[in-house]
Order: sequence, then C-alpha cells, then structure tokens
Amino acid sequence: MSRLSLLFASLAFSPNTYSDEQNIWKQIREGISGYSAVNSQESEILIQASGTQWLTIRNELIAGTGAWLLALTVLALAVFYLIRGRVKLTEPPSGEMIERWSKSERWLHFYTASLFILLAITGLSLLYGRSFLISWLGHDSFSQYADIAKIVHNYAGPLFSVGLVMMGMIWFQDNLFDKTDITWFKQYGGMIGNQHPSAGRMNAGEKVWFWLLMTAGVLVSITGMNLDFPNLGQYRLIMQISHIIHSVSAFLLIIGALGHIYIGTIGTEGALRGMITGKVDKSWAKQHHDLWYQQINKEKQNFLKPSGNSAKYGSKIQ
Amino acid sequence: MARMKFLCDDDRCIECNACITACKNEHEVPWGVNRRRVVTINDGQSGETSISVACMHCSDAPCAQVCPVDCFYFTDDGVVLHDKDLCIGCGYCFYACPFGAPQFPQDGAFGNRGKMDKCTFCAGGPEEDHSEAEFEKYGRNRLAEGKLPLCAEMCSTKALLAGDGDVISNLFSQRVTQRQLSQEEPDSGTAQVKLWGWKTAYKD
Ligand code: HEM
Ligand code: SF4
Ligand code: SF4
Repeated sequence: MSRLSLLFASLAFSPNTYSDEQNIWKQIREGISGYSAVNSQESEILIQASGTQWLTIRNELIAGTGAWLLALTVLALAVFYLIRGRVKLTEPPSGEMIERWSKSERWLHFYTASLFILLAITGLSLLYGRSFLISWLGHDSFSQYADIAKIVHNYAGPLFSVGLVMMGMIWFQDNLFDKTDITWFKQYGGMIGNQHPSAGRMNAGEKVWFWLLMTAGVLVSITGMNLDFPNLGQYRLIMQISHIIHSVSAFLLIIGALGHIYIGTIGTEGALRGMITGKVDKSWAKQHHDLWYQQINKEKQNFLKPSGNSAKYGSKIQ
Repeated sequence: MARMKFLCDDDRCIECNACITACKNEHEVPWGVNRRRVVTINDGQSGETSISVACMHCSDAPCAQVCPVDCFYFTDDGVVLHDKDLCIGCGYCFYACPFGAPQFPQDGAFGNRGKMDKCTFCAGGPEEDHSEAEFEKYGRNRLAEGKLPLCAEMCSTKALLAGDGDVISNLFSQRVTQRQLSQEEPDSGTAQVKLWGWKTAYKD
C-alpha cells in the first residue's frame, strides 16, 4: 500500500528540477524526458531503460523457454502415441451417419485453423529464423523470406481474429462447463485407461481448448493489432509489453494447437472425418459424445412424434 | 586499432542544434528521419543540461542482438553499421536500443515501416566506398575520406567529440581538470571532485 502510494506520489509530483547534478545522470538512465527540437517519437527521452530488458526477455526467456516447451510437447505427444496408440472405435461402425458440424461451422473451423498455422509459421520464423534458417538459406534469401513472412503475418492476423470472434459466438453455449466435465477429467477423457466418460456436444478437453482460444487468442489479437500499427505513436514500453504478451500467448496457443491437432487427427479414429464431411458414425457419437447423441436422438423423436415438442418445429412441419 | 566513440560534454553544449542540421545536410537524410537530436533536461530552469545524442555505436549492440535478419555488422573501428538491403523494417532495433537511435520512414499501408536508418558515424554502409548506392542509402562516407563525423567537426563549442575513444576521453579529462582548477571556490553544492587542499597549498 505504502509503496503504491509512493509510486502515485512520484507520478503526480514528477519534479522537473534536479538540483543535484549526480541525480540528473541517474534520472537520465532511468528514462527522464526533457525537451527536444527534433519532433520524432520519444525524441525527448535520452535513454529508455526498458529496451535491453525487453531484449533479454525476448531473446533468452521467450525464445529459449519457448523452444524447450515446443520440443517437449512434440516429444510427449510422440511418446503418448507410441504407448496409447490411436483411440479406436470400440463398436464396429454402424454405417448410420449423424450430422455433427454444419457447413458453416466446418468452413469457420478450417478458415481459422489455416490462418493460425500460417501465423504460427511466420511468427516463429521471425523469432527463430536467425538461429535456424540463416545458416541454411543465407542472409539474402532469408531476408527476402522474412520480409514476406512479416507481411503475411501482419495481414493474416486480423483475418484470424475475425474467425476467432465468430467461433466464440457460435460455440459459446456448447462450451460452458457443467458437472459431467468433472468425471471426464477424473477419467482423463478416456485417453488413459479404457473408460468412456460421458460428454455432451463438446467434451471437457474441447472446452479447455475453446477457453484457451478465447483468452490467449484474444490477447494475441489485441496485442497483435497494436504491433500492426506502430505508427500511432505508442510508447516503446507499450510495444515491448505487447510483444511479450503476444509471444507468450502465441506459445500457449501453439502448444494447445499441437495437442488439439494430435487428438483430432492421428489420436482419434473418425474425428477428422467428422470435421471434414460434417458427419460422424452413430457408434462414434455414442462412444465420444453420448449425452449429445442422446439429446439429438430425443430431439429427432420429438420431432417425429405429433405430440411432444412439435410446437417448436411447427413452422417447419407446415 | 582505434575504437570510435561519441562524447558529449554537457557543460559545453548550448543546444544550438547545428549538429543536427549538419548531419541532415551532409547525408541528405530523408524527411522525418533524424539521425541525431539534442535533448534538454530542465529546460529554462536552473541546472539546465543539453546533450546531443545519436547512435552510440555500442559494444554489445542491443540492436544487433535483436535483429531477426541479422543485418548489423561492426567495422574494425567499432562502428555499428547495418545492411538496408536485408532490413525488413520490423522496428525491433528501435524497441531494443537504449538511445532511440533507429529511425523509420513510413512506407505503405498498415503503418508499415520502411528500411531502418540511423547514424553511421559518417562511415557509409556495405556498398563500395563513395559509390552512388552507398550515398543514396547511408549518406556520405567521411571516414573513408579520412575525416571524422561532421556533427562533431563543426560543433562550435566543441561539446560534441567524435573519434578514437582514448583520445577524446583524454581530452575530456583534461577539460574536467581544467574546470576544477579554474574554479575559485570549489563550492560544496557541486558534485564534482574537489581538488582538495589546492587552494590552501598553491593559492591559485
Ligand atoms: C491474431 C492476430 C495477430 C496479429 C494481428 C499479429 C501480429 C503480429 C505482429 C505485428 C508481430 C510483430 C512482427 C513484426 O513486427 O515483425 C507479431 C509477432 C509474433 N507473432 Fe503474431 N499476430 C497475430 C496472431 C499470432 C498467432 C495466432 C501466432 C501464433 C500462433 C503469432 C505468433 C507470433 C510470434 C511468435 C511473434 C514473435 C516474432 C518475434 O518475436 O520475432 N501471432 N505478431
Ligand atoms: S542503434 Fe542503439 S543499440 Fe544499436 S549501436 Fe546504436 S545506440 Fe547502440
Ligand atoms: S528494423 Fe531492420 S535493422 Fe531493425 S531489427 Fe528489424 S530488420 Fe533489423
């Protein structure tokens, strides 16, 4: 408390005179501003203190930890695949298909996913290209590639954000947590062991991924938009903080996406086909999303029965 | 081999901004880009201090460490230069540099930055010395002509010094000593090292 009020006091009464000569040098190192006839961005500041700190955070903390985390994630998924193998259908396919994803949902999914992959590749190229690509491509070719990567990243970003917001709107309801999710977590989603925990349209794992997208994804979008427009006169500190939040969130998303892609492709039989064609087998639906299966079954029955919920579908029957 | 450095004597700088004008003129620096600037602390108050600052040509240059395309290089004199043909205008060097030296002309939509421009210590760039391409991108290469940076050469009070680090720091130490000697009464308020006992021992 007292520290906070001290901070505010020093902000409010930020003194303009420093009688003590040594004090001036200290203040200059801490980033005090003066007057400059040159009218460029932050020209009135002699030394910005945060620049080298940001450099260390980017080059060492983010790039270093990020590389380890990515490598460990890939390794963990590979080991998991070797031990557990593919989650197969326990019942033979019934041949009866159920619609799981509408056409617009599928378009939105692959629109956002492809932009995400593009953003991840171009973003990581800017961060790691110097360490990994220059020795291979040479300075000239890498610079040409990085120039394109930067432009692609700058434009794909806002397009990705549009997809993200639309996902948030159409899948919000399906991703609210409920009691079944607790059991789902306790049984590791059926990925370890042979249980089939109950799940509605989205299982708890999908919900976690959804909410990671809605938090880290939103942070990536907001900070990315800020980095996209460096011409608005934002202080360097704002850009540095934006960059740190942007890269940390991006790493969380990339790690989440690796898991998501694993489960959706080689990890689970029938999942990818569901997102491509929109339809899943009845056996698949029963095994992975039993509550959702029961619900659509009930709706279908109500729909067919003249009594029941027919009022709801009245207009359609006419 | 000399290690080139800048030094600004804040007791001499009178904020005339001539170094900036000279630099802009010598290198025909584009509009909106300033390779050098003068900053005045406590403007118009007692303790007013002016300092002329540009790229300091750092030893462990942060700009060179952060650049995603690795376009910086160091000359044998310790001058930090960069290759504009490689630069992608990401602005990271500006975020990392302690002195706000890297500058960017705006280029295209989306607030896109053009190629970074900064003080070259009047040492040109990677192109052939005195070539048109070199002048176009980096300005004049005075070092290759055997001259020192123009900003310091023409500074009327010789506040701004540029050259071999050992030479200019010696010059500066001499000045500081001189100033203390000529100080009638080294008064207690200043933080300068006092030549203790001189007044009593030598009278003048
Ligand atoms: C959603 C909108 C997004 C916008 C507007 C955006 C924008 C930006 C911008 C402007 C930069 C600075 C690059 C530069 O100036 O050269 C950047 C850096 C970066 N972006 Fe994004 N981005 C977005 C999404 C993403 C996503 C989804 C990822 C990863 C999955 C990502 C990964 C990165 C990384 C790793 C960097 C750091 C590059 C470095 O430090 O060298 N970005 N982004
Ligand atoms: S641009 Fe900045 S960080 Fe790079 S050498 Fe010059 S002063 Fe140092
Ligand atoms: S703006 Fe150019 S010189 Fe500066 S870090 Fe980016 S690519 Fe390197």
